[in-house]
Amino acid sequence: MAGTTDTSSKTDQNLPVKDIVTTERVWCLKKMANKIKYFSKGSIDTAPLLLPVIPFGIIFGVIGMDLGFGPYVTYATSFIIFAGSSQVVFIQLISGGASSLVTLASVGIVNSRHLLYGAVFAQYLNKLNIFWKVLLSYLLTDQAFAVANKFFKKNSKKKHFHYHLFGSGITLWITWQISTLLGIFLGSIVPDELGLSFTIPLTFIALLVYEFRKLDHLLVMLVSGVVAILAYNMPFKAYIIVSAISGLGLALMLSRKKKKKS
Amino acid sequence: MILAGIITFLTRFLMINLIKKNSLSARTKVVLSYVPSAVFPAIIFPAIFLDLNGQFLLEDNPKIIGAIVAIVVGYFSKNTLATIILGLISYWTYIYLV
Repeated sequence: MAGTTDTSSKTDQNLPVKDIVTTERVWCLKKMANKIKYFSKGSIDTAPLLLPVIPFGIIFGVIGMDLGFGPYVTYATSFIIFAGSSQVVFIQLISGGASSLVTLASVGIVNSRHLLYGAVFAQYLNKLNIFWKVLLSYLLTDQAFAVANKFFKKNSKKKHFHYHLFGSGITLWITWQISTLLGIFLGSIVPDELGLSFTIPLTFIALLVYEFRKLDHLLVMLVSGVVAILAYNMPFKAYIIVSAISGLGLALMLSRKKKKKS
Repeated sequence: MILAGIITFLTRFLMINLIKKNSLSARTKVVLSYVPSAVFPAIIFPAIFLDLNGQFLLEDNPKIIGAIVAIVVGYFSKNTLATIILGLISYWTYIYLV
């Protein structure tokens, strides 16, 4: 008898404490679980897009070394700028002796498409604190935008949904840093004959597959693409933003027509 | 370079911060939903149709074959990975066989 009371008193003492600890833990874990879930979903959604990022990063590392920037400066662009095409524009213009104003203007114009991404994401991210806004802005790339945009459309009401963009951005960031370093230290380990630079347009085609069945989107794509070819020789690589604006202009007209119909 | 980094960051950061909640009209939101379709072709088309010197290249261009295969695969499968891989395989097949 004494033995049983002993054990029951022990459990009496222990259970509530354990209970509180476990419920708190479960609650914390649930919160964590959601964050981890969205983070890893962002990561996984990004995975197919990494295939082109790796050779591009390696190629960038090689170009930086070839143009004589040395390992530190070449790598620093990947860390500080973290935008493949602008980094290429940046080191090419600097090594070609362009003035810093021309270089900065070009980088700004090549990156101006991010303004559009930001405008799309503002509706989702404006409630976040400044820390998150700064972090997610730093990590915002074409690929992360495309992947997270699809996810946000459906899940923006859920708590911690922004962890998806965080997961996607971090995955791309780490891949980009490592592949740049590979290019810097191992040189051209990817043979040119493989033509892996072709994977860059392929990625962007793959990012549009959900819009291929919509006629209005196809028209916008066609206009933007044709304008990009025609405007390709514009100064400061302005063709990207010029064709994007042409495409959006058409989208504006199409949305007007739609309204009239309905 | 630091300045180039700051500019890059600002292009990403500005709009997220400047646009306040629900300040966008429904119409603007509709137009913004076309952003991927308006931006990505600006990267796709030159990379496929122009050669390294910026010259238009239509004949004997394996990239066009790869892109067509990628578009067809993407249209039917809606699968990102399949689109990239089959596009790349058809591009390689063309290069090595033709």
